[in-house]
Amino acid sequence: MENAMKTPPAQTWDDNVVLSVEHLTMRFGGLIAVNDLSFNVGRGDITALIGPNGAGKTTVFNCVTGFYKPTEGRIVMRHGAGLQADKIEALTRTGRQFNDDGDDRVFLLERMPDFEISKRAKVARTFQNIRLFGGMTALENLLVAQHNPLMLASSMTIGGIFNLPGYRKARAEAIDFAAYWLEKTGLIDRADDPAADLPYGDQRRLEIARAMCTKPHLLCLDEPAAGLNPRESTELNNLLQYIRKDHGTSILLIEHDMGVVMEISDHVVVLDYGQKISDGTADQVKNDPKVISAYLGVDEDEVAAVEESIDMPVIHGKTKPAENGEGGQS
Amino acid sequence: MSAAVKPGLVADSVKDAAIAALLVAVLGFFFFALRTDIGTGGLDLTYRWGLWFIAIAIAFGGRLLLNLFVFKTAKPITGGMSISIPEGVKSGIGRVLGPVLLLIALTLPFIVMAVYPDRDRQFIDLAILIMTYVMLGWGLNIVVGLAGLLDLGYVAFYAVGAYSFALLAQYFQIGFWTALPLAGLLAAVWGIILGYPVLRLRGDYLAIVTLAFGEIIRVVLLNWYEFTGGPDGISGIPKPSFFGLDFSRTGGFAEFFGLDYDSIHRFIYLYYIILILALITNFVTLRLRKLPIGRAWEALREDEIACRSLGINTTNTKLTAFSIGAMFGGLAGSFFATRQGFISPESFTFLESAIILAIVVLGGLGSQIGVVIASVVMIGGIEILRNLGFLKEIFGPDFEPTQYRMLIFGLAMVLIMVWKPRGIISSRNPSAVYKERKKISSDMVAQGEGH
Repeated sequence: MENAMKTPPAQTWDDNVVLSVEHLTMRFGGLIAVNDLSFNVGRGDITALIGPNGAGKTTVFNCVTGFYKPTEGRIVMRHGAGLQADKIEALTRTGRQFNDDGDDRVFLLERMPDFEISKRAKVARTFQNIRLFGGMTALENLLVAQHNPLMLASSMTIGGIFNLPGYRKARAEAIDFAAYWLEKTGLIDRADDPAADLPYGDQRRLEIARAMCTKPHLLCLDEPAAGLNPRESTELNNLLQYIRKDHGTSILLIEHDMGVVMEISDHVVVLDYGQKISDGTADQVKNDPKVISAYLGVDEDEVAAVEESIDMPVIHGKTKPAENGEGGQS
Repeated sequence: MSAAVKPGLVADSVKDAAIAALLVAVLGFFFFALRTDIGTGGLDLTYRWGLWFIAIAIAFGGRLLLNLFVFKTAKPITGGMSISIPEGVKSGIGRVLGPVLLLIALTLPFIVMAVYPDRDRQFIDLAILIMTYVMLGWGLNIVVGLAGLLDLGYVAFYAVGAYSFALLAQYFQIGFWTALPLAGLLAAVWGIILGYPVLRLRGDYLAIVTLAFGEIIRVVLLNWYEFTGGPDGISGIPKPSFFGLDFSRTGGFAEFFGLDYDSIHRFIYLYYIILILALITNFVTLRLRKLPIGRAWEALREDEIACRSLGINTTNTKLTAFSIGAMFGGLAGSFFATRQGFISPESFTFLESAIILAIVVLGGLGSQIGVVIASVVMIGGIEILRNLGFLKEIFGPDFEPTQYRMLIFGLAMVLIMVWKPRGIISSRNPSAVYKERKKISSDMVAQGEGH
């Protein structure tokens, strides 16, 4: 919480941006799921996307990771530092998906097919309902995630069939890398067990480990703490902090568990009815009357009245039922 | 028994048996009780009430006994019949089974010649047929078992391979060994051409479209009379040579090696060709499974969306599975053409696809040894029926056992599906191991129904 206080008003995530969502609109027939949404994800930050049920969070995720094609808007992923505004404008005009700038590439995600976003733009994701390869072992799951480098190493399978030394080396390295992530997620003892056999909390962590095996610049987590007990939640927090600190991977997460959100997020974006209603540090957002009204399902002036009567409005995990109950009707 | 009888057991059982008997009475009325024969000036109707009552009585009695002693009782008498093999023995058998089968396959022609000297040609021919289905099963296993794409038109690639060789031989006088790789290549290309538009479909839809494509190929072969000979087929397809030596009476293989000419030589040669082709299929499949591409196939079977989120190009991955499976189908097809010497669209009906798929499914999706067992049982089983002469002595000279093969087929499938719903060999071997190799129970493995 102290970190948040120190943050200067000129927000860091607007200066060093890894992902920017610009004027994103997603329509399903007559339904507008996301409406003219813009926000930035700072490099090395943990950014949380929150909002009541049905606010359009997962739709934003699916647009960023290419599972939906946005109706309007631009989604830019930057590998190099800085805003690179000129480069992006030039790229937008060419109609290409990304530029050839060595390591400092920029990518226009709305133009790319989903698998290319993971392969080239290095955006990895997990799913709200866990999508592991249940019949494959934990180790195999992590090896599938390293498919593209391994395909190259096996010279598109031909070198692999003859078991050439180059492929053997790459394979050993891939297993080591998978073992590293199994170690970090505390799953190393279950490496040879089928993923469907793992307990729920382990499956969540395995999915994060699998996403990390694609060596992403940005990791998108869709409700990583859903269904976890308090101890597992704490472990998850530590894991995410570790990923951010030691691997420099930026994290964008959707989460309902306010305990997790408030504790680890550097930057919180709040959605309601497909529109951004608040954007700032955890503390700023927590005290924003718009957010409170969205979560409690009351009008803003009512919030003001309530705020006067009780000193400090607090959104914690405890107020969660309200979000499910009345959030949709206000 | 009276102690174990629950109150109401007898009443329940009788009621249930009566319902079964009623069903037999209704259904059997038209099959058993009435019989129509073509007579003078129309149909002659004969009544067979005795037969009808016997069928009803059998259904009632059988159902009643099953109810009393198996279905409804607390202690079914079949309880002791399920054999539980200890895990150690099981894995021991699993380890030994493959090499033993391979050894048998390698020496089979000589075993047959030693044991059945007077029927050796017939048995080696049967072995060739079974081996062809083993190869087809292994090829389809890549598509259905590993990648989880339900392909009901696999016979199309078998046909493409067979016709490629037959037409190349007819129009360009190309021999078997030159045509074999070309036929494989052409089938693979056809796999890509057919696969590209249909692979965006999943599950049932994919099955229907592949079924249609299989029929389209057959119908084209049937109707393009000027090119393929249509229903007349293509005959005079050349036999394979042994390094340029033909298996002919003079100046061929036998003379070169100083042997007495015997037509069995060619059969043995054909057997080894298909054995080697099948073993190549097996070797390549086993290698591919452990490579990234094979793992991607299995991942695709498990969850396609997760694959895409990990940067796997699912279209290309499906196409490789489809075309590699098609290639092996094509190789088997051109072998089929050279073995038969004559092919026509008759040989490539939907029933062939169904039999190959049944072999893969009964063997256990993704299991190599299961395919072998299933093809030996299914293809060999039909042939054994032809040779059951003693049944004629029991049921009279009019009894023809092969007439009952579809009945036995169906019964076998029902039994397997009840006893082992995931096929004979139903565990998965992981493709990579960190410390300890553990078999994965099939309950966890997805079957590729499309999520």
